[in-house]
Order: sequence, then C-alpha cells, then structure tokens
Amino acid sequence: MTTQPSTQAPAVRLARAGLRVGTRRLWSDVDLEVPAGEFLAVVGANGSGKTSLLQVLLGLRPLTQGTVQVLGGRPRRGSHDIGYVPQQRRGDPYLPVRSRDLIAAGLTGHRWGIGWPSPERRRRIDQALTAADATHLAEVPVGLLSGGEHQRIRIAQALVGEPDLLLCDEPLLSLDPGSQSMVTALIDRRHREHGTTVIFVTHEINPVLPHADRVLYLGAGRGVVGTVDKVLTSQTLSRLYSAPVEVIRAGGRILVAGVPAQAEPVHNPDPATDESVRP
Amino acid sequence: MSTLASGPVGTWHQLFNFSHYGQLLALLHNSVIAGAVLGVIGGLVSRFVIMRDLPFAVHGVSELSFAGAAFTLLIGANVVIGSLVGSIIAALTIGLLGSRARDRNSVIGVLMPFGLGLGVLFLALYKGRAANKFGLLTGQIVAIDDPKLAWLAGTSVVVLLGLAVTWRPLVFASTDPEIAAARGVPVAALSPVFMLLLGLTVAMSVQVVGALLVLTIICTPAAAAARVSASPHLVTLLSVVFATTSVVGGILLALGSTIPISPYVTTISFSIYLVCRLIGAGRTRLGRLRTRSYPTSRVTDARSRGCATLVGLWATGRAGGIASNRRRGWPGAGIGGGRRDSTGDQELRQAG
Repeated sequence: MTTQPSTQAPAVRLARAGLRVGTRRLWSDVDLEVPAGEFLAVVGANGSGKTSLLQVLLGLRPLTQGTVQVLGGRPRRGSHDIGYVPQQRRGDPYLPVRSRDLIAAGLTGHRWGIGWPSPERRRRIDQALTAADATHLAEVPVGLLSGGEHQRIRIAQALVGEPDLLLCDEPLLSLDPGSQSMVTALIDRRHREHGTTVIFVTHEINPVLPHADRVLYLGAGRGVVGTVDKVLTSQTLSRLYSAPVEVIRAGGRILVAGVPAQAEPVHNPDPATDESVRP
Repeated sequence: MSTLASGPVGTWHQLFNFSHYGQLLALLHNSVIAGAVLGVIGGLVSRFVIMRDLPFAVHGVSELSFAGAAFTLLIGANVVIGSLVGSIIAALTIGLLGSRARDRNSVIGVLMPFGLGLGVLFLALYKGRAANKFGLLTGQIVAIDDPKLAWLAGTSVVVLLGLAVTWRPLVFASTDPEIAAARGVPVAALSPVFMLLLGLTVAMSVQVVGALLVLTIICTPAAAAARVSASPHLVTLLSVVFATTSVVGGILLALGSTIPISPYVTTISFSIYLVCRLIGAGRTRLGRLRTRSYPTSRVTDARSRGCATLVGLWATGRAGGIASNRRRGWPGAGIGGGRRDSTGDQELRQAG
C-alpha cells in the first residue's frame, strides 16, 4: 500500500482473531494492531502458533475466527509489499543456483514465462545484495553458503521487492550467537532506515531484545501484546498460563522458566503443511 | 554387415561398421532428427528432474510407459500412443499421490513392478517380430518412421511450450518451495503439471532408447552439468548439449551395427558425466587454493574472460572447495577461507 502515508493505517490489524489447525486450537481472541514502522517480536514456545500467524498474514491460511487486515486490505498470496525471511535451511551443494539467482527469484520468480535478464533487474539485485552486506556472495552457489551467509542472502531476497512489511519466520534458528546478532542487526537497519514494519517470529527472544518495540507473546491459546518490560514479567506470564511462571533477568538477558508443558504441546502443529509445499 | 561374431575383428564389426554409411544415414535420417529433438527436450527436463530429486520417478514412469507401448503393440495400435497413455497415467498418479518425497518413492516402488509385469504379459502374448519386443525395452534404430516422427515432434512442441510458460515459477518452486509459496507461486499445482511434461518426455525417450535406459537422457545430462557449473543458465545449456550429443552421437555410431542403440547412448552419456566429475574435482582444488586470497573477484574475472571455455567452466561455478569442506566436515565453510567481513560471521572465523 504505497499510496497511503505510512504513519496512518496500521500495517497489521487482527480483531478477535483465532486459528484452529485440524482439531487443535492454536490461539483465539487475539487483538493486535501493528502500527506502520513498528518492530514487533512474536515469541512463544514451539507449537504456540507463531509460524501459523505468519501464514495467515501471507494469505496462505485463513483465520478460523475474527478478522485480519494486512497493509489496509485482506491478506493475499504473493503480495509485493510483503517480504518473507524463512528459517535457515542448508541445501544441496550441487544445486545449480547462485546467491544472485536466489534473489532474482524473489523479484520475478513468481512470473510466468522464461524472463530475460534486464539491467533494471540486475540493479535491484545488486541493491538488495548491498542492503544485506552480501555483495561478495553474489556468485557463490547457495549450497556452499554457511548458515549466516545463507540468512544474509535470504534477507536480500526478502528486501529485493522493496517491501513495506517484513515477516521473519525464525530466521535465527540454528545460527551461532554472532550470526544471530548479524541477522537481527541487518533487519533492524532496514527497519530504521526505511521505516519498514517488521514482524519477527523467534523462539529466542534475547537477540531481538535491543530492537523490538513491542512483543506479542503467544501461549496457552492466547496472546499478550505490549512492551518487553510489560509482557515478559513473571506476573503477566503467570496470569496467561494460570500457573506460576518465572521470568528471570540476568546480564541483560531474559529467561522464561516454568512454562506448563500441557499448555504447550512440543510437536509441530501441522507438519504436513510444511512438507506439502515441497515438490 | 559382419559375419563372424566370434573373433575380435568380428565383434568389432558388430559394434562399429561404417561401410555404406552415407546410404544408411540417408535411410535412417528420421532417427537422427528424433534423437536431436529428444536431446533438446531431455536436456531441459533433466535439469528439473535433478532439482526436484525425481530420477526414481523417471524410471517408474518409463516402466508404465513400456506397459502402455506393449499393450498397443499387442492389439496392433500405434505404439507411441500406448506409450504416451502409460506415461501420463503413471506421471499423474505419482504427481497426485506422492507430493512428499517419502510418499512419492513408495508410490513409485509400488507402481513400477506392476507396470513392468503388465508389459511382460503383453509382450508374452504378442506373436509378432521379436525385435519389436526387445526394442521397447532397449531401443532400436529403425523404429522411427514418418508418423512416429510426427508424433515425437508434436509431443516435443507441447513440452517446450509447457516449459516456456511455467519456467520461472517452476525453477522457483523446485529450488525454494517455501518462499515460492509465500510469493504466491502455485507450488502444489505445479507439481502435477511438471509430472505431465515429464511423462510426455519419458514416452518420447522410450521410443528411441527404450524403457530401461530413459534415465540416460533424463537424468545424467543435468547431473553432469551440475558438476561443472552453478549458473542455472549454463547448467541448462550444458544439459541440452550433453543430452543431444549422447543421443545423436549414439545413433550415428549405432547406424551400421547390429546392436541396439542404447549401449552407445549410455556410454557417451556416462563418459560425459565422468569427465564433468573430473573437471568438477579439479576445479574444486583450484578453488580452494585461490579462494584464500580473493574469494569472489576470481569469479568475476573468469566471467569477464567468457565462460564458454573449460577454464571458464572451472571458475564460474562453485567458488568453494566442496571436497575439502566435506573432508573437514564443514559443508559450505570453505568459500570464505579465513576471510572476515564487516558485520562478522562467526562461522567464518571458526572455519578459517
């Protein structure tokens, strides 16, 4: 929605939203308004429905309750205004795809036909590579990238479409601390310099703490939104789970302990959906 | 033609016999054209077969294609149509029932022997020329008459058009299904579409190299190309060149002999693969030695020099040392060597 001034319409609005996958209720009655330009961290245990929330925003999964608005309209598949950064997943070293090709796919891969190289496309890819400090990786086969390098290219791929909203789905998973802070720093730079709205799903809250404006905590089938200091407290989480939950702050880090196991099934809510999109 | 199969000279003449070559070539030019067409299509499709990890599916589809062809041979109908119908049924079944890799492989494992069994049954009932039977499994040089060539050409046009329309989304969905879905690519729908195109290509290949050896056209060329380059365009181009060289070269060598064409095609195809592996291994060592000082400028230099030469192939592709990384248990760590960059990748420091 480039026509609207970014300060007025919220980037994302959920009203009494609920999601059920199969027979399992992930969350319900979630009210959330993400103003344009905000950095929102979405945290919660495995299976609390964080990734499914992103699928709703991407238009890949309908809500089972309530309403959702993304950039002023209904979520639709393949919106150009949304960038998506996935989990780090290493590929086959012999896959004939270089970093540059992966980013090109983010720009025009969804269009029908063969597609001919154009200077404009090349310029935009170079720009995205620069935005992710990845120009030196342009010609490297993606199967040979390290985990951190891979995520740099994923960020470039998400930024190449100049999105207004950046959805990050556990981009820090299986990265070492140095790469984790590199990835969050790149995303935060985009957020600050371009006013891009960021929704950052993460299992690990600490690398995101310095950047997040607010936190959405999903757990016990519900969600709490607020600043880090408001949400990540023993009091709030204990109330959410109706059980004693301890939030420990030490050395600038936050540790959540005592999350009831029953409220948080550890298995993936719907592994079939992950697999079904593969060829 | 050769007379004695016993002595070494006799065997040689049975394998390679270039007497009356011009006349033979004129007589069998249909096969050469069919081979060239098949090489182009096979090379293109083989690229996606490798990317989507479908070689087993190719084999499965070709066995059902064989069953279809055997059935039409038995009832005296057009073998190409039988082969096409068998292929399409198999390809769609695999595409619809096996969207996940594990499911897919078991579906293929179930279908394949059934198809082969049916084919054997039909062939056993068939009372015609034995060469026709054998040809379906291993290919034959004289099999391509004018109507058959027309069928092959028509099918090729369909496959080419299909690939041209779906090219970019298909590449995207094959490399990156999750992101492709998020970007609005109909990933799930593309799978049966590609299987259909694959089925058509398999049915064509069965006519030339026979059902048992289809993989030599629809797997080996792209597997070889992926060893020497990582550029998608170059890999596609090389795959087409390799497939065409194998099929047309195989036909030309087989013209005067009494042996089916498939051993010639498979041998050329396999030799190309071996050479590509060697080049790939050599380039890997080269890459490791040179990445230490300047990781990417090397690639750019090579590009500007032009990448048609083997030297160019060495450099444009994989920048890092695959073999060395595997030895060290660091997949992908070798690209940077001891390099560090501004924001700081920890892995690189550890790797270096």
